[in-house]
Amino acid sequence: MTTIRPQEAVDRALTASKADGCIAIATHAATTNLRWANNTLTTNGVTQTLEVTVVATVNDADGTKAASVSRNLTSHDEVDALVREAEAAARTSAAADDAAPLPDGRTSADWDDAAVEAPVAALGGIASWLGEIFQTARAANQGRYGYAEHSIDTVYVGTSTGARLRFAQPAVRLELTGRTSDGSRSAWSGKGSADIAALDLAAIESDVARRLAWGERRVSLDAGRYQTILPPSAVADMMINAYWSAGALDAHEGQSVYSRAGGGTRVGEHLADVPLSLRSDPSMPGQECPPFVVAGASSRMSSVFDNGSPISPTEWIRDGELASLIQTRYSAKLTGLPFTPWVDNLEMTVPGADGGVTDMIATTERGLLLTCLWYIREVDPQTLLLTGLTRDGVFLVEGGEVVGAVNNFRFNESPVGMLKRIVEAGRTEETLAREFGDYFTRTRMPALRVADFNMSTVSQAS
Amino acid sequence: MPHSIDPEFTALPLNAIADAVLDRARELNVEHADVRVERIRTADLALHDARLETSHDNDERGLAVRVVHDGTWGFAGGAVIDPEAARALVDRAVEVAKVSKPVTGERIELAPEPAHGEQTWLSAYDVDPFTIAEADRIALLADWSSRLMAAEIVKHADASLKQVRENKFFADLAGTVTMQQRVRLHCQLTALWVDEATGRFESMRTIAPPVGRGWEFMTGGYAWDHELAQLPEWLAEKAQAPSVEPGRYDLVVDPSNLWLTIHESIGHATELDRALGYEANYAGTSFATPDKLNTLRYGSDLMHVTGDRQAEHGLATVGFDDEGVAAQTWDLVKDGTLVGYQLDRRTAALSGIARSNGCAFADSPLHVPIQRMANVSLQPAENGPSTDELIGAVEDGLYVVGDKSWSIDMQRYNFQFTGQRFYRIKSGKIAGQVRDAAYQSMTTDFWNSMAAVGGPQTYVLGGAFNCGKGQPGQVAAVSHGCPSALFTRVNILNATREAG
Repeated sequence: MTTIRPQEAVDRALTASKADGCIAIATHAATTNLRWANNTLTTNGVTQTLEVTVVATVNDADGTKAASVSRNLTSHDEVDALVREAEAAARTSAAADDAAPLPDGRTSADWDDAAVEAPVAALGGIASWLGEIFQTARAANQGRYGYAEHSIDTVYVGTSTGARLRFAQPAVRLELTGRTSDGSRSAWSGKGSADIAALDLAAIESDVARRLAWGERRVSLDAGRYQTILPPSAVADMMINAYWSAGALDAHEGQSVYSRAGGGTRVGEHLADVPLSLRSDPSMPGQECPPFVVAGASSRMSSVFDNGSPISPTEWIRDGELASLIQTRYSAKLTGLPFTPWVDNLEMTVPGADGGVTDMIATTERGLLLTCLWYIREVDPQTLLLTGLTRDGVFLVEGGEVVGAVNNFRFNESPVGMLKRIVEAGRTEETLAREFGDYFTRTRMPALRVADFNMSTVSQAS
Repeated sequence: MPHSIDPEFTALPLNAIADAVLDRARELNVEHADVRVERIRTADLALHDARLETSHDNDERGLAVRVVHDGTWGFAGGAVIDPEAARALVDRAVEVAKVSKPVTGERIELAPEPAHGEQTWLSAYDVDPFTIAEADRIALLADWSSRLMAAEIVKHADASLKQVRENKFFADLAGTVTMQQRVRLHCQLTALWVDEATGRFESMRTIAPPVGRGWEFMTGGYAWDHELAQLPEWLAEKAQAPSVEPGRYDLVVDPSNLWLTIHESIGHATELDRALGYEANYAGTSFATPDKLNTLRYGSDLMHVTGDRQAEHGLATVGFDDEGVAAQTWDLVKDGTLVGYQLDRRTAALSGIARSNGCAFADSPLHVPIQRMANVSLQPAENGPSTDELIGAVEDGLYVVGDKSWSIDMQRYNFQFTGQRFYRIKSGKIAGQVRDAAYQSMTTDFWNSMAAVGGPQTYVLGGAFNCGKGQPGQVAAVSHGCPSALFTRVNILNATREAG
């Protein structure tokens, strides 16, 4: 238990500040989790902390300097010490290129509300369900592996210009992997949600069981380019990479896939023939995230001077055309583009798209169906070529049905280049990215059918 | 050892917390209890074009209680460091164990470890980087960045420095009480070339490794001046280099690249928790399953790989792990055969192994210790060749220096790596750089193709600050020592052609 309220920590820091500007960010983080493997618990935990970040800004002859210092806090005295530390660091720092007046102050209506807890008992229902599916799995000579986490971050941001902003971010994540006892087949399903009660546990288990059953027949395929159905989870991992690489500064300086030959950015350029939209919105139903900037430190895509700035819905790609890049106010000025800061959710929609993976299977003459992607890393920033692996189920679809499980592949593909090879999209649905879902949980994606997806080499993993 | 443990850390009521936790644990009849109190200071600086971009310090403090209650794990962590809060955490950990009981299919038992009494251990470093003023650290990075930018070829320069000082106090019911302090840092500089007209760009990064050392590494522990002077030249050559022709090549791998291949294809593959399936939902399993111990031909006869938590300046080096197990050194692959694993007390007990080799680690007081990677190192050949001699033995091949992109599958079979610089080798001589190259192989194919191992004069301790594993995700720093080595007939891809 912490002994100081987050609002008190923020107010105390701002009162104690003797710098030219001050930002205080208090994040109360509460989490409970369960982890299991081979039908038994492996780890668990319950934690709670209050981390406070103080950003001090100092004006001198060199310009405006800033430094930020973070610490887990429990007392008022520690807040004072933290402020002094941040100020000392700022005074000995160097001038910040992104320096700007702090945004005007606004106050959240719920500023005085307490931080939200994550009670241990909330995972009791999941524990009971796991006990049941473990029994079933053992009887079928299978194992279940996975992770469930219930976390709530309540963030409070205050600035010396009067901002007092609060946002409570619940996040629930459940992942389930099924494996046969000989390790020859595996399947995965996962869901993210803001509400633990909204998780359809039975659907997750039945998805795993269905994919394991698909794998009873094995088919070996060579590496090559295949028409491939990417389910929403795989699309999310690819699009999260496209989003993370969309910093305006890098594009402006000519060092990203979004840089235009001849100078400037590719904003306005056609990236997809399908009129898709890739967007973020703090008020996206079920995917809500902070509607204001929270930046503990400046970086290529964030600026401490923007803390508290309101975040509006942003279309990154509109009708297939690159519309926006991730901006700070500093980069917006450099690029001459609107200030469109980072938003902590991502959605792809395609007008008129309907149906899901099952419908796509039914209309597939021959192609691959993936479960998810893994170990995705950038190979070439010029094209945003990514490499990675298929994982926990690749299936051959022929004549409108799954005919067997295929070996895994290493892929080499660009999420940006891939957009021009989309031949069909499904309806947009909430999904959990397999690889990056632990950092970026709020995604809504369609399944995509992509032509000539580059399965570069075969992987023996099963 | 000229240093002492951070006095702010030793001023905490550590022994009173240990007493409170262990007394309460006994009251609640737990089978096992341990407590960790940690302080982890980190400082991050980033400069772009010699101008400060990021300045952030973090000071994470907290305590963690882990119990085995009624055969079930329970864990609780928090930030309040006092005996009363610690006692409450024991109750929370037991509560978690009770909620978890329906999920527990086997009683938790741990491999025994002798009680070590009270122990203090500090890592080997000369100058605590937290004693260096931020202004001085920024000034050094700015100077180095400016040197790069003075070259016409360099359009932009990035510099980063991350430094860590980690304090851990541990006590358990068995009677081990340890106090430890480790220091590490990692500095990188990257030069970027951009051809605005065509939109092409290339980068070249320093290959200085992250080290378990102090500020002395920045001021004399590495050939910074030489590397900074060469970087623009290497970048210019890469910018004009021909694109590689894909195919099979003999490949000489520099230690600055090979450490990462070792990390991915040996380090993770020989973690017993993976081999037992603990990471099946996340980081993945391993092809090197226990039934293959002492029989699997991992690589050629030249292959000798050790695990250790004792190498001087190693990033995974400790006195004791996070379960109170004393640091050790052991073989993982000997004469090309799989002979060992990395263990914690739970996986050792599960496999009937008498004692853990000390690989438990938690990256935060809010995280439970899990089995993490030791320093995993390929041993050099006694009287083995130099890197030039390895290159000299290649008729038509490539030489790769520095790591860049990396990826491997969920069972550690299929990997693909790029590098900072790929050089063509023709008739035993370097024949200029090529670009767009990636090498791809299967783990055992690759290591069985190792035709020559460099001598001790080529040995370098590389490593990473950011090895990820576990759910919730944890990050660990780890070192890998290796010599240069020659591999035959390795599959080389062209990244540009892969993009289509």
